[in-house]
Formats: sequence, C-alpha cells, structure tokens
Amino acid sequence: MNDVLDVALRLLVLLVAFLVLPLVVGQAEHKTMAHMQGRLGPMYAGGFHGWAQLMADGVKFVQKEDIVPAEADRRVFQLAPAVALLPYLLVLAVLPVGPGESGSGVHVDAGVFFVLAVMGVGVLGSLMGGWASANKYSLLGGLRTAAQLLAYELPMLLAAASVAMAAGTVSLSGILDGFQWWWLPWQIVGAVVFFVAGLAELQRPPFDMPVADSEIIFGAYTEYTGLRFAFFLLAEYAGIVILCGLTTVLFLGGWHGPWGGDGLGWVWTLLKTAVLAFVVIWLRVSFPRMREDQLQELAWTILVPLALAQIALTGIVKVAIQ
Amino acid sequence: MTALTTAALATAARSADAVQHRGFLSPTGVEIVFLLVGLVTVGAAVLTVTTRQLVHAALWLVVALGGIAVEYLLLTAEFIAWVQVLIYVGSVVVLLLFGLMLTRAPIGRSPDTDSGNRPVALAVALATAATLVWVVVDAFRTTWIDLDQAVQGSTEVTGAALFSSWVLPFEALSVLLLAALVGAIVLSRRTGDEDPGAPASGAPASGDGATPGPEGTR
Repeated sequence: MNDVLDVALRLLVLLVAFLVLPLVVGQAEHKTMAHMQGRLGPMYAGGFHGWAQLMADGVKFVQKEDIVPAEADRRVFQLAPAVALLPYLLVLAVLPVGPGESGSGVHVDAGVFFVLAVMGVGVLGSLMGGWASANKYSLLGGLRTAAQLLAYELPMLLAAASVAMAAGTVSLSGILDGFQWWWLPWQIVGAVVFFVAGLAELQRPPFDMPVADSEIIFGAYTEYTGLRFAFFLLAEYAGIVILCGLTTVLFLGGWHGPWGGDGLGWVWTLLKTAVLAFVVIWLRVSFPRMREDQLQELAWTILVPLALAQIALTGIVKVAIQ
Repeated sequence: MTALTTAALATAARSADAVQHRGFLSPTGVEIVFLLVGLVTVGAAVLTVTTRQLVHAALWLVVALGGIAVEYLLLTAEFIAWVQVLIYVGSVVVLLLFGLMLTRAPIGRSPDTDSGNRPVALAVALATAATLVWVVVDAFRTTWIDLDQAVQGSTEVTGAALFSSWVLPFEALSVLLLAALVGAIVLSRRTGDEDPGAPASGAPASGDGATPGPEGTR
C-alpha cells in the first residue's frame, strides 16, 4: 500500500512539475523580454503583473477550432504534437532533483543515454508535423529541423560522454554522487558545448532557423491551431526546463551547493535550472537569428572539435589523477 | 571470446535442468509482454515494407525499431535498448526522413513504390531471417535469463564484456566506421573541387576516381 501511495505521489508531483515549470519559464520569458526591450509585458490577466497571462492563453487555445488541412495526412498530422511533447515528460521523470534514490522520479541505470535518446525522439514530432501539413513552408521547416538535429546531436553526445568519463558512470545520480567542485572548470568547455547544442536542438533563438517566423512562418507548426499548437509550444518550454535541468545535473553539480544540507538539495537544483533558463531567455533577446549555413558551420567546425578536445582533456586528467 | 563462450556454456548447462520445470505453457508476465511487443514489432515491420506511402514506411520503421528497444529492455539489456533508441530512432530514421523530404515525399500513395523485384526481395528476406533465427536458436537454445538475479545486461556488464572479450571486433568496427567517415569526406570534397572556380588542391586525390564524376560515385 505504501509503495502504491509512493508511486502515485511521485506521478502527481511529476505531472504538476511538467505542467507548471514550462509555464513559469514562459511567463518569465514574457516579462524578462519585455523589460529588456523597455516594455512592461502582460500586465492585466490575473491582476498582479499579469501572472495569469499564460493560463488565459491556454483557455484561448482550448476554445479554438481544431483544424486539419484538407490535403494533410490526417493521422500523422494529429499525432505529431503528442510525439513532440511526451519525450520531455519521460525525461523529466528520470532527472535527479535531490540526492539519493528518492531524488528522482524513476531511477534509470544508463540515465545519460536514456535522456539523450528520448530527447532525440521528440524531434520526430516536428518532422511529422512538417511533412504531414501539406505546406511547403512546413516541409522546409521540417527539413531544417532534421538538418539541425543531425548536426547538433553529435557535439551534445560527445560533451555528455566527457562527463560520463569523468564520473566513471552513465547514471545521472551516479554522476552527481561523484561531483567535485573542480569539475566545473575541468568540464566548462563541455558544458558550453552541451548547452549550445541543446539550444540548437530545441530550436531556440539564435538557432530558430527551422521556425523562422518572418521567412517560413513558424516552419513545421504553420498549419497547427488550438490545442495541438499549444502542445508544440508547451514542448518547446518543457524542453527549456529539461535542457537547463540536464545541464545543471551533468555539469553544475545538481543538488550540490556551497551551503545547506542534503535536505535542501532540490532548492539548489531548481535555482541553477532557473538561472540557466534566464540565460536561454537572455540569448533570445540579444542574438540575431543565424543563417542555415552558419548553423551548420558552428556545429561541425567549432562545437565538434571543442567537444573532442574536452574528451581528450577529460581523459588526460582522469589518467593523471589515478 | 572463449571466456564468454564457456560462460554461456556453463549457463546453458545450469539452465538445462531449469528448462524441465520451465515449460512454455505457463508463461510469466514478462514473457507474455515480450510476445505481445514482439507481435507489434513484427506487424510494424511488415507494414514498413507493404505500405504504399513512403513516409508512412519510415514512421512504421520507428515503431518497429522502438519495439526492438523494448524487447532489449525486457531482456534486461538496458544499455543496448537506449543505444538502439538513440542511434536508430533518433538518428537513422531522422536521416531517412530528411532524405525523403529532400528528394520526394508525396502525401498519399506513391504508385512507383512497388518494384518488380518483389519475389526476389521476399526470397532474400526469408533466407536472411531463416539464417538469423537458426543461428540465434542454435546459440541460445536453453539459456534462460534469471530476472531475479543481478542484472545481466547493465551498462557495467556490457562495457566489461565489450572491452575484455570483444575488444577486437569492437576496434575492427571502429576502423570500418572511420574508413566510411573518411570516405564520405573525400567524396564530398571531390565533387566540390570539380567546380571550375574551385582551387585545385584536391588534384592529387583525384587519380582514377575523378573519371566517373558525381554520378559514378553514388
């Protein structure tokens, strides 16, 4: 009975976190972007500084008509948002927030591989939507998504492999158990490569060529309306939470902090994740969109060599300290 | 390699008597799930080759490959399962879809997906399947995985086996992949150098291979 209660409680916490955290990031983006651009942002919905704006948006999305274009491939078109969204829920389940066995929703032995594998599947949703929409802009968006994933998956994997080498394990909680403060300067190049590649995989600015609204009208999502479009947006913001949480766990020590006991570990995780999410928003406001060839060049000529150099450095230091 | 073979033999011998009270008529829950997932996988695989819609074939392939990952998971090979998802579902199928979208990906039926080689393809597929099934059945005839014992397919066990017993095939495969990588780079560079405006830096490499041109290299 206790086990059942435990599982139910974990699932509930997971679901609430999955629904709330992306909205918090979204609202933070509204307000941060507004203030960085000398505006106020949403001010009315909910009363205090427009805190309920995204819920109002959600209600609006639910009320909209769900349209499937006449020429579209109906089933694939309707399935695509779920394929885009669900992987992030699965990843959130294994992300260790606090120390110990109870720190994450589910303990997975090969956590790093699980997380990267499942995150890669999410991109299939964009591809399916882009193809099934029967729209040239959508198809272009899908193509660019695929090209971007293929280019940035490699540096991301290599950077994660470097941490796994340093810790001697591919378990997320195992990596956190082995974390020392000096890993931070040691793995900093890998951390930057991982974060940048993750941003590109999420198609966040400045890597938002696949959804460039001024050229290909939001790419793969052009034909989507209502709740399905909202799912794609939710997937993007859930992706930000996941990427920041993952960077925190892999490179910034997760629940380790300069002070506070083990009981407060989750506060450190959330704090680091929030700071990284702020950086994601900040980058969106400060950088212009990169061109498609610049995107590919950055991945293949800068990030991959950097990641390989990080792996070499990790190997040398690892052998030296043994 | 011999160490693993003896280990497998020992396991087989140990489980030979286990087979006696492990009939096929009283399957456990895991075995039932294994069978069901296997049926889904086979169904998706059949749909992959029979569907008339090109992109649907690629998407059914996702289901088939994902089903295989679940089967690995049920056989306690966790690491292999995630690698399967990462490489096949996450990269190979994305590459396939990319290629389809780049060339031709019509919505609806494509009449030219049926090739006249159907019977030959069927024969080759059946022969391959028969060979694989025969090899696997012959190798693991009476081997049972004890699910209650320590995990036999964890990352640690897989890594230890890979880098102790199987290190030579592993390295040989790495060299093969490296050769493929270098080959891909050489091919793409050569077609680039055939532009009239390009510098002639690739001239030494274009000995006999330059004659077929881009069509021949494909």
